[in-house]
Amino acid sequence: MNGLTVSVSPHIRDGATTRRIMLDVLIALVPAAVASVVIFGARAALVIAFCAAACVLLEAAYERALGRGITAGDLSACVTGVLLAFNLPVSIPLWQAFVGCVAAIILVKQLFGGLGKNFANPAITARIVMFLAFSVTMTKWTGGGGLFGETYDAVTGATPLTMIAQGNTGALPEITDMLLGVRGGCLGETSVLALALGGAYLVARRVITWHTPAAFILTVLAFTALLGREPVYQMFSGGLFLGAIFMATDYVTTPQTAAGRLIFGLGAGLITVVIRVYGSYPEGVSYSILLMNILTPYINRLTVKKAFGGARA
Amino acid sequence: MRKLGGVRAPHRKGTADSAPRPIPIPPEIRLPMSMHIGAPAKPIVKAGDTVQVGQLIGEAAGFVSSPVHASVSGKVKRVDEYDAVTGLGAASVVIESDGEQTPYDGLRAPELSDMKSFLDAVRDSGVVGLGGAGFPTAVKLTVKDVSAVDYILINGAECEPYITSDTRTMLDETEMLEEGALLLQKYLGVKSIVFGVESNKPGPIKKLTEFASRRDGIEVRTLPALYPQGGEKVLIYQITGRRVPEGKLPLDIGVIVLNCTTLTAIVKYIRTGMPLVSKCVTVDGSAVINPGNVVAPIGAPLAALFDFCGGLKDDVKKVLMGGPMMGIAVPDTDMPVLKATNAALAFSEKDALLPAETPCIRCGRCVSHCPMGLAPLEFERTYRLKKPELLEKYKVNLCMECGCCAYSCPAKRMLVQYVKLSKIMLREYQAAQKAAAEKKEAAV
Repeated sequence: MNGLTVSVSPHIRDGATTRRIMLDVLIALVPAAVASVVIFGARAALVIAFCAAACVLLEAAYERALGRGITAGDLSACVTGVLLAFNLPVSIPLWQAFVGCVAAIILVKQLFGGLGKNFANPAITARIVMFLAFSVTMTKWTGGGGLFGETYDAVTGATPLTMIAQGNTGALPEITDMLLGVRGGCLGETSVLALALGGAYLVARRVITWHTPAAFILTVLAFTALLGREPVYQMFSGGLFLGAIFMATDYVTTPQTAAGRLIFGLGAGLITVVIRVYGSYPEGVSYSILLMNILTPYINRLTVKKAFGGARA
Repeated sequence: MRKLGGVRAPHRKGTADSAPRPIPIPPEIRLPMSMHIGAPAKPIVKAGDTVQVGQLIGEAAGFVSSPVHASVSGKVKRVDEYDAVTGLGAASVVIESDGEQTPYDGLRAPELSDMKSFLDAVRDSGVVGLGGAGFPTAVKLTVKDVSAVDYILINGAECEPYITSDTRTMLDETEMLEEGALLLQKYLGVKSIVFGVESNKPGPIKKLTEFASRRDGIEVRTLPALYPQGGEKVLIYQITGRRVPEGKLPLDIGVIVLNCTTLTAIVKYIRTGMPLVSKCVTVDGSAVINPGNVVAPIGAPLAALFDFCGGLKDDVKKVLMGGPMMGIAVPDTDMPVLKATNAALAFSEKDALLPAETPCIRCGRCVSHCPMGLAPLEFERTYRLKKPELLEKYKVNLCMECGCCAYSCPAKRMLVQYVKLSKIMLREYQAAQKAAAEKKEAAV
């Protein structure tokens, strides 16, 4: 009877794995990816595939160089790549996208110790780096070649948020177009319906909870309504649905408790509106998430659940 | 009402219909003197002594202790030091059985007249918490002010997967549970006796309800089949809505919890004078040829139980005492059945593989599943940072090590391991703090 395994309890585990969770996120991103190709054309697929591949290869190369185990199998780098691509205009030069991938995987994720150790969302931070570095190409909303490409190109080179910022509300697209995503914007952020579908899948699969997205989106709606700034368009514009559903729910960089998640969503929503309405940028979702990422350890500390029967510490 | 966390662990109660069968008496058994929480019993026999079934061989050493009785008749082979599976080293008595199972001729059913005689009987029965904890039952029932006890809860939750020994107790010894409940009402003066059983055991619920419905103050409560309903604090909250405050005992909020098999063991002693010498044990797992429930003398090696169940498959890779959520993996099958052993499980290689740990992604599943409302991910992180003062804040001391966190962890972190280590770190830190404070006081 030699060689029995002696290990700590529990001796059974459920089926959840990091890989399965990341796979669920990728599945949830499929509707928006399909929508991006329909709206912006085949180049959207190219940008998504390029970023996903670049992120996975960069992570593997870095780990190999440092003699660490290759963790591409956990699919987290792939998720980062797809999310980064979703945050880029369809016309982005691929070399610039590559710079973004380096920022996401090497700078934000691996230099802090890899999966689980980064304090900021890699895709969001990379988007901000690119926005600052390549401000012209990162705000060029024309050049799409999708099914509806011609229509919206003809109308505008601006996003709905820019129109609101410029007071040009008469040029705003129809609400149905906003829902479908037939408007200017980053390639994965425009189709609110497709993103919400993915979000519903993630909630149903219990990968995320409703707290952050609901708090984030409703805060933007309520705050802009209060300010009388086209609340419905604000809600469906920019990267709000993409950010609230897929980036503000990143486990590593957001709070663990329901209360913490509500605070995160509320804070991100407020910052987003402040930037959109009072700042010099038309869009504030990525900055708001990054700022709340930084606050996350403090939110976690504030929202430690009261232990069952526990005395106050 | 707070909704306590937990996990929908698989039930795997395939042995529920298997009525326990006695195993053949093994040629040799080993009775550790430390099968309970508290001071180990003191052996009162020596090598060469002849002993009979039920004979006292280890005296309780103090109040929080429990006597040990011979479970076979035969000759004491030796008295030696032995590390029980609980990690507690103490003397143990090895007995060579003569196969006769002659009952000790000094056995007498105790005469009950009042609370004291009842508690003496419980103490002499050698019964300890048979749900797994092994806390001496007489100590638990010795209450300064009985009028402050509102409920005695009888734990029949049996929330661990695989284990069905309590199920069998509730099915096969129902009338003893009824008698036990009446004894508790009569001698402790506690009016309300509530049985708590998980909803996946309709048979036991039906049988208990049959007698409960015609008795005053006896009730059966169906609990959701959500592990760990049988955890003491969870059970109390689910049935009474009361919370055991940190650092307090159930008694402090007017509740006593007894496992159902603990109660029948007491009744057996009161009926016949035969102390706790045998146990119903569930033998199951993917490496067991014919799983089933058995009755084994306490001290029998696990191997004897497995042999009776058709033996183990060649690819056996893990053997547990207890269930898969909280049971202890043992290094070999010579380990003896203890008083509180309720299952012997053996698993084939494919079920014994340790999942590879991946980095914590801070998903918070361990937090949402923790029945005690703790944040297990912080235990691991804080332990690695060596910050015992933070462990105090995160209240690792409240963790009952039920394993819901590690069970649900997608990164397969060994969270219970870090809890155990964290508790040691916290204890050492608190002891050092106390010593420093005393030193300061002495200097003033």
